Amino acid sequence: MGKLMRLEKLDLPEEPVLCSGHAACPGCIDALSARHVLSALGPDAVAVIPPSCMAIIAGAQPMSALRIPVYQPSLESSAAAASGLRRALDARGKQETHVVVLAGDGGTYDIGLQCLSSAAERNENILYVCFDNEGYMNTGAQKSSSTPHFARTGSTPAGKSSRKKNLIEIMAAHEIPYAATATAGFLPDLARKVEKAKALRGMRLLVLLVPCLDGWGVPEDQGIKVARLAVESGVFPLYEVEDGYRYTLNTAQKTRPVRDYLLAQRRYRNLEEHEIEALQREVDIGWARLQHRTQAELKTID
Amino acid sequence: MNAGAKRVLLTGNHAVAWGARLSRPKVIPVYPITPQTPVLELLTEFHAAGELDAEMLTPESEHSVMAACIPASLTGVRVFTATASQGLMLMHELLHYASGARAPIVMANVNRTIASPWAFWPDQTDSLAQRDTGWIQLYVESAQEALDSVIQAFRIAERVFLPVMINLDAFYVSHALEPVELPAQALIDAYLPPYAPQHFIDPERGESWGNVVSQDLYCRHRQDIGAAMDRVPAIAAQADQEWQRATGRGWGVIERYRCEDAELVIASLGSMCGTAREAVDALRADGHAAGLVKVRLFRPLPLAALRTALGGVRDVLVLDRNFSPGAGGVLHQELRAALYGMPSPPRVHGLLAGVGGVNVPPQKIVDLALAARNREPAAEPVWAN
Repeated sequence: MGKLMRLEKLDLPEEPVLCSGHAACPGCIDALSARHVLSALGPDAVAVIPPSCMAIIAGAQPMSALRIPVYQPSLESSAAAASGLRRALDARGKQETHVVVLAGDGGTYDIGLQCLSSAAERNENILYVCFDNEGYMNTGAQKSSSTPHFARTGSTPAGKSSRKKNLIEIMAAHEIPYAATATAGFLPDLARKVEKAKALRGMRLLVLLVPCLDGWGVPEDQGIKVARLAVESGVFPLYEVEDGYRYTLNTAQKTRPVRDYLLAQRRYRNLEEHEIEALQREVDIGWARLQHRTQAELKTID
Repeated sequence: MNAGAKRVLLTGNHAVAWGARLSRPKVIPVYPITPQTPVLELLTEFHAAGELDAEMLTPESEHSVMAACIPASLTGVRVFTATASQGLMLMHELLHYASGARAPIVMANVNRTIASPWAFWPDQTDSLAQRDTGWIQLYVESAQEALDSVIQAFRIAERVFLPVMINLDAFYVSHALEPVELPAQALIDAYLPPYAPQHFIDPERGESWGNVVSQDLYCRHRQDIGAAMDRVPAIAAQADQEWQRATGRGWGVIERYRCEDAELVIASLGSMCGTAREAVDALRADGHAAGLVKVRLFRPLPLAALRTALGGVRDVLVLDRNFSPGAGGVLHQELRAALYGMPSPPRVHGLLAGVGGVNVPPQKIVDLALAARNREPAAEPVWAN
């Protein structure tokens, strides 16, 4: 801390698929993330958006914040709905049109996991993007299975007693062509991963860490900063898994203690010292495991 | 027989699969469940042999099957699936979703007991419990009727943009082998042209479905669904008449069997009607003026046709192979409501007959009919096992 940050303008090509005037909260990282995902994906796409913050952002009928068609399935059925839509487009000769799911973590880690697993097993040709704000934020911030250890939510007022589910590992075990983490805190990395996923076929998954200003207790102008802290502290490592076994870690080092990340959010208020230490240990172990997988993969391939 | 038609031995399930194949669906998501599984197996065999040009999906559950059916249909292609019992129960939420989306999906449901406890017998509680989901429901009695009804169902569904469920009883219809006439593909292609809706999901069009709506939009949407349902009896009758002209076989939205001057009419759904037909013949042979009304179209209930068929009849005996605890037989409730307010309405006797697959032989129906003539209808459910 105390280091001066250099501001630089990102030069990202932009295809305006998400329009201004949408219904997101001021400073929302969900909307910013969607803007860049959809921009990289381009206009030849159909979005599947289950009930979630993104469904609110997409707008109320007969208006739409998206310049591409949207189908809203039930909360638990995104990957199945996307599969049906994909097959119908294929039957109509529209194999090049992308089907992209824009779902939250509740609709992905929890209620939608069964059909996501099935779509992954069938290697359906869809891009599934999980906007992971680590809880049911659209209903006022209750815990999901993506909520991290010790975080306070509306349904875990004393802090969550169990750890966050590791969705990337679950999906990597399905040996899908591509699974990666990304965040709007590192936009060029996010855009590159969308481009990479776009060029592949079959089931592709992006898990985007989306700090929720209201749900996490973060000031309106600090969402991006918190996303960067998550990556720098190793709480949310940026990495890619291809075909279930080729691991790439996108940052060489963790550069901060977990404490820096925790102190920036109200959901971790009143953490006790031993809890902070426990979280640091969890992150260290997770990081070491990722490094091991990256190296093990190198040995296998070389 | 029609030119190019073939006469073959088929089970009800295989007749359904043939009906689907002849209708040329483009997407078929499907999940196996007893006693529907042979439908799935024959469709996948057709597909593997290159005889069925469709995208087949085999997801992890019936819930995902219906979840895939809806946007596939909204993308502008013909969609077919089949299920039974627990599978239909698991789909329940998405049955509403499908009719709300105005998706003209056609689904065969093999009527089987619903758990718990676990059982596999013919019982129509599964589909009758879906009567408020906005699906058109047909009940069929034979393999031939199953095949014909699948094809007719696409005609009806695509005319009103509502999904159709064709119900056939477990084993009595699903597994019984019967001679079935397979119409020529050319006849079906003339009867059922390719599905080409005005609205469909496509990036070049930008139309969306499912986002949040206001109270007013929601209410008007429900009224639109109601208006579409109201058109169904006439459209289903027309689809059946045109089918009759093309194939020589018509089934009606209801069928009236030996109802001329009948003082007592038996009313039922599905395979029970085959047994009741024999009971009617026996009653007539003994000089009793008995008839049968088979309710083929159950949703929407064809009120005008039923009032015409049952007006002036002294006793109507409703046989329900289903049970709604606390209410009784579903067809009984529906018919009482349908006939309410008529001048000198018939006495409507409801009997729970064959619930859970309990056998109901013709003589049993004869006995029940004779007993009904001599008593007032009971307000409470009456068990006839």
